[in-house]
Amino acid sequence: MSTSKQTADAIIVGGGLHGCATALYLAMRGINCAVLEKDYVGRHASGVNAGGVRRLGRALPELPLADTALSIWRNIEDLVDDDCGFESLGQIKVAENDAELSALKNRAKTVQDIGFSHEEIIDQKQLRELLPAVASHCIGGLYVNGDGHANPYRTVTAFKRKAISMGVRIFEQTPVNEIVRHGTNWLVKSPSVKIEAPIIVNCAGAWGGSIAAQLGDYAPVEAQALMLMITARMPRFVKPVVGSQGRALSFKQFDNGTVMMGGAYQGRAEPEQNNTHLSFNGLAKNACAATAMFPIMRHATIVRSWAGIEGVMPDNIPVIGAGSANGVYHAFGFSAHGFALGPLVGKIITDLIDGGDIELPIDAFRIRRFSQNKDT
Amino acid sequence: MKDHYDIAIIGTGPAGMAAATVASAHGADVLIVDEQPEVGGQIYRGITRQSIKDRTILGDDYYKGQNLAGAFAASNVDHVSGATVWQVSPEREIGISKDGAAHLLTADQVIIATGAQERPFPIPGWTLPGVMTAGSAQILLKSSGITFSNAVFVGTGPLLYLIAYQYLKAGVPIRAILDTTPKSNRLKALPHLPGALSHLGSIMKGWKWIKALKSSGTLFIEGIDDLKITGKNSTEAIEYLVQNKWHRIETSNVFLHQGVVPNVNLAMASGCVYHWNEQKLCWHASTDEWGSSNVPGISIAGDGGGIGGAIAAEYQGRITAYQALYTTNKIKKQERDINVLPTRHALAHEMRIRPFLDAMFRPAVQFRIPTDDATMVCRCEEVTAGKIRASVSLGCAGPNQLKSFTRCGMGPCQGRFCSLSVSELIAEARNISVNELEQLRLRPPVKPLMLAELANLSTFASEDT
Amino acid sequence: MHEIEMNPSPKVSIKFDGQTLQANEGETVAAALLRQTHLAFRTTAVTGTSRGPFCMMGICFDCLVEIDGVPNKQACMTYVENGMRVKRQLGAGDTGVFLSDEEDTQ
Repeated sequence: MSTSKQTADAIIVGGGLHGCATALYLAMRGINCAVLEKDYVGRHASGVNAGGVRRLGRALPELPLADTALSIWRNIEDLVDDDCGFESLGQIKVAENDAELSALKNRAKTVQDIGFSHEEIIDQKQLRELLPAVASHCIGGLYVNGDGHANPYRTVTAFKRKAISMGVRIFEQTPVNEIVRHGTNWLVKSPSVKIEAPIIVNCAGAWGGSIAAQLGDYAPVEAQALMLMITARMPRFVKPVVGSQGRALSFKQFDNGTVMMGGAYQGRAEPEQNNTHLSFNGLAKNACAATAMFPIMRHATIVRSWAGIEGVMPDNIPVIGAGSANGVYHAFGFSAHGFALGPLVGKIITDLIDGGDIELPIDAFRIRRFSQNKDT
Repeated sequence: MKDHYDIAIIGTGPAGMAAATVASAHGADVLIVDEQPEVGGQIYRGITRQSIKDRTILGDDYYKGQNLAGAFAASNVDHVSGATVWQVSPEREIGISKDGAAHLLTADQVIIATGAQERPFPIPGWTLPGVMTAGSAQILLKSSGITFSNAVFVGTGPLLYLIAYQYLKAGVPIRAILDTTPKSNRLKALPHLPGALSHLGSIMKGWKWIKALKSSGTLFIEGIDDLKITGKNSTEAIEYLVQNKWHRIETSNVFLHQGVVPNVNLAMASGCVYHWNEQKLCWHASTDEWGSSNVPGISIAGDGGGIGGAIAAEYQGRITAYQALYTTNKIKKQERDINVLPTRHALAHEMRIRPFLDAMFRPAVQFRIPTDDATMVCRCEEVTAGKIRASVSLGCAGPNQLKSFTRCGMGPCQGRFCSLSVSELIAEARNISVNELEQLRLRPPVKPLMLAELANLSTFASEDT
Repeated sequence: MHEIEMNPSPKVSIKFDGQTLQANEGETVAAALLRQTHLAFRTTAVTGTSRGPFCMMGICFDCLVEIDGVPNKQACMTYVENGMRVKRQLGAGDTGVFLSDEEDTQ
């Protein structure tokens, strides 16, 4: 195969949501960029995740980002000419007993103490108004009005299409073989194309660790297969996205009536083979949690289950920011909750590259936190 | 049901029954599972009950299944009937639902013998109530004695003529037979005729059916170029195009058939590799001479790997069973080889007619890839050919992306009645061969599983640990 | 409908949308309904159009009905039992039955 040689202002490795969003924002600033994707855009975690857009229960360092990201989601159609299936019907974490409710109260207070007021405690009556189908023993919950969900594959495809319309070159089926320094540029070699640019952005998700290593940085990202399952279409009975304080459960019904369930139950990831394997013992626990919370679900039929390959960091928060070498930026390892942040992270990375002000605190996400820990 | 077996067999059609009989005769601990309450698969469905009084209706080929079923009944296997297998993992963990509870068990060797299904026949109106497959007509006849007077039989292939002939024998009036076999097929099949001559009897039998149907006074139309079924909430008529002229027949029941194809979902979801067979226009399992797939310990026997018919399936069942016995150290290599040799010869003989049949009854392209954009391709999610073509023009490159674009293939049938059409449609729209497309990724559960059943599995699991 | 003579089998009675009908023991719900020339078993969840059995062997999922209160049952894979209550499944089904408190027993 002949290898064409091209140049760009910036190269993005990874055609997931973060990669495509970064490409779009860069293109909007007139920065010419190319995206290299080893499979097709949205093939892995970006396209097959649960689609949650939430602030509820976020790790505290992510809260300011999640809050700002939501304002992008509310106007997502202005950005990518597609509403991405975004629905803002709220998110609720349900408590089944007093201990769980008081844990939720503590969480609400912690969030308030750092200046956010979106998480509110609801009582049993309010809970049943929001979730008429919830099991009658549930006593209350933590509710965030304005959180919601979107359609993941549709979202990443919308970002891809818009980026291409702005002149971004997206190379699919184009794995990165090697990245080397070439003068002040980074030269990225793949079987079909060689591209060089002064700037390189690592948005390689579960594969981000090996890309980081080639760029001189260290990040211990682990590939995990988080399982999800979905039902046949059901009558619509729940609007908000539902979680549980006491059980591992994430639960949502799409407007087409299908119900998606997850809860961080692990399958087995084979990132080198692009493959995941399911564990039905794990899915069975997920089924228990769902039927306990929503008795209506007992007769629901599961038509499909799957697991996306997620890049998970040891501290469960992502890597966002500049790398140690010149022209290197990272945005990966979102630890199975990066979908909601994707559009904003594209903007943050663009601001960093473009020399703009970063108003949001991102120091917690620096890649150096792992090499510093390693040194000591 | 135990937690573990030497050999687990999925499907009690000819391949599964033959495999189970051989395996248990050599001392293996054998489980065989099937969705139906009785053995026989679809081809020998109801064979142990024989409810129809007049045996001439179904014919001798059907009653051949009695020997197989008899030998199976005398063998010592755990037969779990009326149970759904919803997964076989690459580690040979088998997920089974029966009577509202789910179970997981394992086996050293798994033989997947899931048989065939009828090829999709996507024409306008094929989703209307009253339109069924010709196989349905036969199932209703074999198991309940139900037939429909004045039905129209449409399509091509031996099974279509056989069922119409069975209707004839049973004295059920047929409104019409609309034969869609392209006339050009005869010429293309001719070079394969010498190879098929060893099966002259079968070929003559087919001719006898067609001749009997034609001479019975039944309307028998050949050279059909286009079709549509019309009706408001149910089938009212079928319209057909012959020599540039549309005709119309009023009927409430249409039976469609254009060949059978492997039932691939379980094996594919286990990770077994299939490739596109351009002669047979369907997926074929990439197995070796023993039926072994690329997944260690999983083999495929019978029509589920590639269409060979009931007799070939029986032979393949035996061959895979001998290999499974050998790999589980129940028999020695020499014993395996001696036992398998005559079966191999018989199988080779049985397969000799296939190239002729494949060429003779190759379905016409317009009945595989709808020309009318309004034609439904995905019955479950109601995705039309036009919507699929539009997605391809938006950059959708294959069936997996199509799921995300349109939900095509995401309904409860899990692509069984659309994936062949989808693959051919996308390949045509992209002007590439089907083999160049990514295959539809299938995941367990391969049959819908009730959440309560799955939740019960968790109770079992926690009791175990 | 034209019935072929079969060896006699015991009869059971089932209800279809409230109407009582006779069926042969050992046959599927789909066969029992088709014998009475009921061709349409459900309406689809996507567009609400009528559907009935297509494959009769458990793979097309077009014969879905509600049986004894459980939706999405394949009529061609479920065998008749005396007293069985079968209902046409309209769209994705009905939430009413699920939201009652008697269901909430776990």
